[in-house]
Amino acid sequence: MIQYIIRRLIQAVFVVLGVITVVFFVLRLTGDPIQLLLGATSSEADIQNLRHNLKLDRPLWEQYVTFVGNAAHGDFGKSIRFRGFDAMGLVLDRYPRTIQLAVCALLLSVTLSIIFGVIAAVKRYSVFDNAVTFFALFGQSVPNFWLGIMLILIFAVRFGVLPSQGYGHSPRFFILPTITLASPGLALLTRLVRSGMLDVMDQDYVRTARAKGLRDRIVIFRHGLKNAAIPLVTVIGLNFGNLLAGAVITEQIFQWTGVGQLAVDSIGAHDYPVVQAAVFLIAVTFVLINLLVDILYTWLDPRVRLS
Amino acid sequence: MSQEGVLTGTRVVVREGPQQRSARKRALRMLRRGRLGLAGVVIFLVVVFAAIAAPLIAPADPNEQDLRARLTCPIGTSCARFGANPPQTITGSSKHLLGTDNLGRDIYSRILYGAKISLIVGVTAVALGGGIGTALGLLSGYFGGALDVVISRIADVQLAFPFLLLAILISIVSGPGLKNVIIILSIGAWVPFARVVRGSTLAAKEHEYVIAARTIGARPPAILFRHILPNVITPVIVIATFAIAGTIIAEAGLSFLGLGVGTDVPTWGNMLADGRAYVGTAWWLATFPGVAIMLTVLSINLIGDWLRDILDPRLRNTG
Repeated sequence: MIQYIIRRLIQAVFVVLGVITVVFFVLRLTGDPIQLLLGATSSEADIQNLRHNLKLDRPLWEQYVTFVGNAAHGDFGKSIRFRGFDAMGLVLDRYPRTIQLAVCALLLSVTLSIIFGVIAAVKRYSVFDNAVTFFALFGQSVPNFWLGIMLILIFAVRFGVLPSQGYGHSPRFFILPTITLASPGLALLTRLVRSGMLDVMDQDYVRTARAKGLRDRIVIFRHGLKNAAIPLVTVIGLNFGNLLAGAVITEQIFQWTGVGQLAVDSIGAHDYPVVQAAVFLIAVTFVLINLLVDILYTWLDPRVRLS
Repeated sequence: MSQEGVLTGTRVVVREGPQQRSARKRALRMLRRGRLGLAGVVIFLVVVFAAIAAPLIAPADPNEQDLRARLTCPIGTSCARFGANPPQTITGSSKHLLGTDNLGRDIYSRILYGAKISLIVGVTAVALGGGIGTALGLLSGYFGGALDVVISRIADVQLAFPFLLLAILISIVSGPGLKNVIIILSIGAWVPFARVVRGSTLAAKEHEYVIAARTIGARPPAILFRHILPNVITPVIVIATFAIAGTIIAEAGLSFLGLGVGTDVPTWGNMLADGRAYVGTAWWLATFPGVAIMLTVLSINLIGDWLRDILDPRLRNTG
């Protein structure tokens, strides 16, 4: 087990390295930050000076090697836009907000999908089942940025009961962004829970459990759901990556000051260090969550041997 | 489905045999899916018709501005006249069925023209990405070795990276434009194709027909494309359908962030971005393009579900 985790962690390092390498080179193609920083009227000497200070006058490969070396220490340099501020520090400041939003959305989508999916599967072909299937299909087809705008339209503009944008500690600020971010995952997970439960409830061990006279609740949750949850866990892990990515647009709609919004703004301002730090943190989070998911697997299904 | 009886206080469930039940279940599903699939085809054909016939059926030029008719509400509703002092209430007219936007452009016409962009981007990007992914999957599965490792690791790295961020990065490098958006979204589309085709190819290359082809001296390209490809293509068609739906949403997302085919082109995503800015004053700006995206994507998803049921029995219980 320990060996497996160590090997996976080494693999994860390479995946993260691949991601930041791509970002490093793609960003270098986006244009010259010096021009943007100093404007068109600056003198050649100023330009050279700043370029030298930011070490942008070195050969590309040297910049890359330095960058990877520093990144290994968590040092992504100083922000170009907010001069003097540590890039990783800026990103870490915003990180909890994005994670709060993503975790809320994850909890909402997982809880509701289990409730809806299990009831739909147990009451197969009932009105509830048909309604769930219909809404799940619908939910997968609704772009969530549109859903977000519609929620603002209804709850903020029309009824004025919830704030239309901004980050705050009050739960009121969380409601609309959480629903917006959770909706695509909710639709997908509900369909998976339903079909997983339908498969499992047909199995012999479920029939045996029923034959023993166990209560429905125990059969459904202990014998049914626990087994149906196995493929679900993988999808939830992958879905968390989508939540982090989806947060970019959701944060934009709701002016939620998280990592996604910072990353998009920083790309526009050619603030390389901040973008690199943001992408690094998102990739690390994603890779670690997937590792966690694989470990969770062994608990759910002892037949799976990690190798 | 099941009969319930009471026997000494214990609930006994008498069930049909699993085979009878699954046959009946499948028949019911096929019927329901068939009907929904048909509905999907009909909606999709309407969208295709709108995309092709937009210049003929649109009541106005999608970019024609009528600044006196800014933010006119849709037919059957009423709203305040934009900029009128003292305030004045106007009602929507048949001249602008779905109202006008902040520059007085006709929303109905823009939605019709927007269909073309969405479909072109969705279909072309998936054709490109799906083609590349399928080819890489074939090569990776058939030859294995270092090639397989490289392709699989690239796929891993891409999956470890929220694609939207990458798309945003590349679109800033490449600038706006139809061609660039298609290329970006095709980069996002290849991975599932490569993975599924690689898996199927691994299995297929051990089959007798492939061994036979190799024995009579067929070269790898012939084996791959003439013998293996037709046998692994079915899931590709299903994945492609869902990928088109996903790509249409992704294109709208990029446009929404101002990184799509260009802010002056009538696309559904651009219209949504305009609508976000006027969400407090003019609800119709954001509402109708979203409905258009939703119906289009829904129709394609319905077709995808249906195709999966017909073409790929192994995937039958996945949705």
